Amino acid sequence: MTTVTDTPLLRVRGVTKRYGARLGCGDVGFDLWPGEVLGIVGESGSGKSTLLSCLAGHLEPDAGEVLFDMDGGLCDTLRLSEPERRRMRRTDWAFVHQHARDGLRMGVSAGGNVGERLMAVGARNYGDIRARAADWLNRVEIAAERMDDRPTAFSGGMQQRLQIARNLVTGPRLVFMDEPTGGLDVSVQARLLDLLRGLVREMGLSAVIVTHDLAVVRLLADRLMVMKDGRVVEQGLTDQVLDDPQHGYTQLLVSSVLQV
Amino acid sequence: MIDCKDVTKRFTLHNQGGAVIEVLSGATLQVAPGECVALTGASGAGKSTLMRMIHGNYLAEAGRIAVGGVQVSGADPRTVLRLRRDTLGYVSQFLRVVPRVPALDVVAEPLLAVGWAPDAARDRAAALLTRLNVPAALWDLGPSTFSGGEQQRVNIARGFAHDYPALLLDEPTASLDATNRGVVLALIEEAKARGAAILGIFHDVEARAAVCDREVDVGAFRPVAA
Amino acid sequence: MTEAAYNFAYLDEQTKRMIRRAILKGLAVPGYQVPFASREMPMPYGWGTGGVQVTAATLVPEDRLKVIDQGADDTTNAVSIRKFFQRTAGVATTEATREATVIQTRHRIPETPLHEDQILVYQVPIPEPLRFLEPRETETRKMHALEEYGLMHVKLYEDIARHGTIATAYAYPVKVEGRYVMDPSPIPRFDNPKLESPAIQLFGAGREQRIYALPPHTKVVSLDFEDHPFDPSRADHPCALCGATDSYMDEVITDDAGGRMFLCSDTDYCSTRQKKGHRGTESAA
Repeated sequence: MTTVTDTPLLRVRGVTKRYGARLGCGDVGFDLWPGEVLGIVGESGSGKSTLLSCLAGHLEPDAGEVLFDMDGGLCDTLRLSEPERRRMRRTDWAFVHQHARDGLRMGVSAGGNVGERLMAVGARNYGDIRARAADWLNRVEIAAERMDDRPTAFSGGMQQRLQIARNLVTGPRLVFMDEPTGGLDVSVQARLLDLLRGLVREMGLSAVIVTHDLAVVRLLADRLMVMKDGRVVEQGLTDQVLDDPQHGYTQLLVSSVLQV
Repeated sequence: MIDCKDVTKRFTLHNQGGAVIEVLSGATLQVAPGECVALTGASGAGKSTLMRMIHGNYLAEAGRIAVGGVQVSGADPRTVLRLRRDTLGYVSQFLRVVPRVPALDVVAEPLLAVGWAPDAARDRAAALLTRLNVPAALWDLGPSTFSGGEQQRVNIARGFAHDYPALLLDEPTASLDATNRGVVLALIEEAKARGAAILGIFHDVEARAAVCDREVDVGAFRPVAA
Repeated sequence: MTEAAYNFAYLDEQTKRMIRRAILKGLAVPGYQVPFASREMPMPYGWGTGGVQVTAATLVPEDRLKVIDQGADDTTNAVSIRKFFQRTAGVATTEATREATVIQTRHRIPETPLHEDQILVYQVPIPEPLRFLEPRETETRKMHALEEYGLMHVKLYEDIARHGTIATAYAYPVKVEGRYVMDPSPIPRFDNPKLESPAIQLFGAGREQRIYALPPHTKVVSLDFEDHPFDPSRADHPCALCGATDSYMDEVITDDAGGRMFLCSDTDYCSTRQKKGHRGTESAA
């Protein structure tokens, strides 16, 4: 059962990133609570990917704070030393890339891909590593006999599921996802969404998902942030923002979606 | 249990010249535990709008909405999510789920969310689907392929899976045959008996008469300007 | 100009100082790859330019030099490097491991145990043990700096997953003094236990411009898994010439009919044993 705590897992305040005169993202702030999924939507160039990069520590923002709950206290991840930040990326945090090949080692077997994070945090028993990798491949519906195959031999959907297994095997508390269902067939997308929903619930995961697909956020995200020209124009409960949008841009975005 | 006071709703259409549509003004009602209240009024009078505001799906412009002592109007998303998980159930007219997720899991999901063990949750989901005459052959299939009536019964099963203290029902008996309508009415009676506060929209007059203790006419909350 | 105006052992004074500084730094930080400005040598890359520069910077006139290639003193590479130093440094040479003060080697550690007054110089083709899985130098340097060595075990994991056992037979990665993961150059893993030695061990990679080192008695641990411990492996056959069973064997094909025999790869070790009267199956009576 998810317990209600009074400390957010992630607290973001005033995150701003400029590319010269152009604004990447400006003055973004939110709280993310344990077990919550936050969706960030907007069209290409709205700054949603820039924001995600700033949050995940891939890009250094010009201003702002990204506070993460560590051992009870909020700690500014932007002020962590590089070794601490890298350790956090291997343990408490995970990042699922849009293109699986950016997040996988294509020359290493599926089992090795999943096992890498375990070995990175000190696992040195081959049998244990293999058993845990097999368990995770099973959880993302990859057959055990594919364990020693390389991801190059996998379909797009399988690669994406493998990337998710590789990221979640160390039990992170926060996952960043950049268009996790982009480039996949609709039917494959649905399976992946269901898988993610189940994992989020079972593991009490929190997630920040960037996507341009409103259908994806409706099914996956508890809360939604709408971005335009680097600014957050509206945020709130996902279904409220989609069904009763207050800002003109959100109304335009919602009304532009084809209904099926 | 459900408490609305002077609730106002208007829609501002920014992409249509900023047109403002006034829907509700001064909407006030209470639903006590164990009570079932029907919302009535002409089509477009704002019945569904009021229900959605209580559910947190629409924002209220003014006024106060509270469910089980928790304020919904102006609440942060986290509060509304917790309320929906633990306290406030909602059976909408349409089922909205991840495609290809088995019907049984769709029904069991609210139970898993409040911490039921997976097996127990599935057993309860199976019992509800059986009661609502959804053939067991369909349980492992995604409901998006089902007929309208079957989808509605899956939706109802999902809404009644967890014993919410408060329930919102939007046309729960629409598109159901007599047998299944009877089952739904029985479910409502049982919910009332355990003390649930229920607010519903029933176009089906007989059904309304069978389960509702009183009616509230939304027409009374028509904005003056409109 | 007089002969004395020239520097000893081929390298100009500035280069020698630069390389010696790199060697000292390497000895001070065991296993750490020290970048150095590798010079052109009168031989192609891959023929031991790194080892030659380290040897040239190390030699003093009193030294006695031994050069081996795959354990043998008489192969082209070994002979040409030995001749190079005979001509440019005028040092004495030897084939006897025990008599040498500096030994330059390619792909082997001599069987005869080394002692404290000796320096072993390795020729190294690829100094970066993480290169197999991480092509970016910026990233591998960071991984060394932060001791992020999980990737090294991924390589061993892949070995076991594919072959049922750790199949890496040479250049088997080691951890030095509990800190840096190091490529021991392409020596057979049979030689890995000998990396813990009373001699000074210097590693030179000419093309990659790196020098690293193991001071005497440095702790060197071959990486492994708890349930797949490191196994140095050994040949199933005794040497056909000297009958040794404790040395590393080369397989020699003797005819077109599949005939073969196993010989000590260390030629000095083998001939010393034969002189002492040890005999194998193929020895002339």
